[in-house]
Amino acid sequence: MELTGAQILVECLGREGIDTIFGYPGGAVIDIYDELSRHQNTLRHILVRHEQAAVHAADGYSRVSGKVGVCLVTSGPGATNAVTGIATAYSDSIPMVILTGQVPTGMIGNDAFQEVDIIGITRPCTKHSYLIKNIKEMAGIIRQAFYLARTGRPGPVLVDLPKDIVISKTDFIWPEEVRMRSYNPTYKPNLVQLRRAADLILKARQPLILAGGGVVASNTADLLSDLAMRYKIPVVSTLMGLGSFPGTHPLWCGMVGMHGSVVANRVVNEADVLVAVGTRFSDRVTGKISAFASRSSIIHIDVDPTSIRKNVNVAVPVVSDCRQAIIGLSDVLAARADEKDWEKAHDEWLSSIVHHKEAHPITYVKNGEIKPQQVIECLYELTKNKYPVITTEVGQHQMWATQFFKYTKSRTFLSSGGLGTMGYGLPAAMGAQVALPGRLVIGIAGDASIQMNIQELATIVQNKLPVKIVILNNRYLGMVRQWQELFYKQNYMSTCMDGQPDFVKLADAYGAEGYLIDDASKLADMLQTALDSPNPALIDVKVAREENVYPMVPAGAALDEMLLV
Amino acid sequence: MRHTLSVLVENEPGVLSRVVGLFSGRGFNIESLNVAPTLEQGISHMTIVTSGDEQIMEQIVKQLRKLITVVKVVDFQNIAAVEREMMLIKVQADDSRRGEVLRIADIFRCKVVDVSLMDLSLEATGNYEKITAIINLLNKFGIKEVIRTGTMAMRRSMQPEL
Repeated sequence: MELTGAQILVECLGREGIDTIFGYPGGAVIDIYDELSRHQNTLRHILVRHEQAAVHAADGYSRVSGKVGVCLVTSGPGATNAVTGIATAYSDSIPMVILTGQVPTGMIGNDAFQEVDIIGITRPCTKHSYLIKNIKEMAGIIRQAFYLARTGRPGPVLVDLPKDIVISKTDFIWPEEVRMRSYNPTYKPNLVQLRRAADLILKARQPLILAGGGVVASNTADLLSDLAMRYKIPVVSTLMGLGSFPGTHPLWCGMVGMHGSVVANRVVNEADVLVAVGTRFSDRVTGKISAFASRSSIIHIDVDPTSIRKNVNVAVPVVSDCRQAIIGLSDVLAARADEKDWEKAHDEWLSSIVHHKEAHPITYVKNGEIKPQQVIECLYELTKNKYPVITTEVGQHQMWATQFFKYTKSRTFLSSGGLGTMGYGLPAAMGAQVALPGRLVIGIAGDASIQMNIQELATIVQNKLPVKIVILNNRYLGMVRQWQELFYKQNYMSTCMDGQPDFVKLADAYGAEGYLIDDASKLADMLQTALDSPNPALIDVKVAREENVYPMVPAGAALDEMLLV
Repeated sequence: MRHTLSVLVENEPGVLSRVVGLFSGRGFNIESLNVAPTLEQGISHMTIVTSGDEQIMEQIVKQLRKLITVVKVVDFQNIAAVEREMMLIKVQADDSRRGEVLRIADIFRCKVVDVSLMDLSLEATGNYEKITAIINLLNKFGIKEVIRTGTMAMRRSMQPEL
């Protein structure tokens, strides 16, 4: 039977198991929207208020569910508005398919109305992209796009859909198999390397596991935790790896890097073997590269060969799916269960870490004002039994959300790690709530970032998504102000955010609940009230204005050169 | 260190810009690049001459392999290969110098492809070193224009014992 391009698209989405898309209509995709209207029972479309938010929402949806996020935007400005979201997903390796409208094939290159070369624009920030020029290729390309997005190192894949293709017809043939000779990710670890890794781990006196976003992406958190506990290996993580090891466990040493814990940054420097799993050693993680883990032999497990030896030299490279690698490594270690020499050394290492932890807890000074750290601590205490999904924007509040909230489950901390996109958190929370309707989803935001996609309150209210947004309001672009304070002689150029709206009234205007908290003694009660509400809520917490995030490793400094106050 | 890479790619629109974009986006250097179809339908071959230390070269090769449209990448650094490029070179050569220029052309087995009262155009083929030597020798006569194809390379069938 002949189907139109729009019908083929919808059919393909169904076969890929997609039941939700985020998008915004326009001239080039109006035929797709027309078709979507006939499939609302099986394919839910969430209408956002800005295309960037559609991509972030699909991203948040993907991060909590592990499924491929899908968004649909029109040509030209619709597509360019999506670019920041695409780059965000690319930096953090989030599986996603972005469908963009395009002018009819005959007009491409003629500077038509709402025409832009979105394939060219997004080439550096997509895993791959396709321009469909022939309706007969459509089903195959959609299939490949999903396959590429979710396999290997996941990432966003863009499919550009010219309007004439969408309305033309062809026989629908579903390609059962995807075969691409130029794309064959390595999933199975090399046994020789695993044996070398096991050797290092069993001989190590001070081993350490560094968990990255790949642990989350490959659903390896349980296995990695088992391995750490079985062999008494302490664990640190990157920002992207938060939640992959329980933040309440004695082996947990915190996040490493620029705003990592003192303990995490010290143990990285003391470790003699570092097992790095699913991480790319970003500069925010390593600090000065020559001083990073300088006493360690590094075992690096990653599915992307380009991540290995890109930034740091490694003793044992393991190109593999993280889950497969940890299964293999556990097997190799189990076969050598009679070797017990490691245990005494690891115990000694752990007891020295306990001293570190007692000497350097993550802390702050309370003084009667509402301290931003206190808000996060309070949120954690109020919600920890519900395992909420926390999303953040980017800046000081993001770092406090890593330091003062303890993540115990994978896929509960959503943040723009690589790109550092302000405006990510609110739409990501929206997408997470769509994926997990019964779950408590909290967006932690700063007063500057929240204004970057504040329009999505309308989407949240329209779709009755009970997202809670907590704004740590210091009326500053706080992280930049902190840098100006520390490194630019307190020259606060363009970082004072006076002139901000009344967030309570704004929430009210959108039809959400608004709360103002400006009294430390009422913090817990008012947060609880807002959290208990079945409605979306915006909670404006007036916090101490010039609080800084510590510890801090200045850009380019070594991890042990931390500023502590 | 100069490296010659042999790259097989899917011959589809945008593949060249993906490769070039990778080099420019990551700050890698391209000395020359040429591309043409192979006998196999849908597959093109690129020879890319680039440079970098060991770690950069490893990244270049890995990043190329990561591109979805790239089928195969071989670095000819430790592989015996025939390397050739073609050059068209226009040299000032009036009556007094023409003979000398022609003698040099003869030594390097260049072909004369154009001549005027004031200059000679030569076609030369050879590896990078030979082409460089020709340019160096002809420089003193005054070179008006040089057009080069960039290196292309093919693996030798007989590899030396390693």
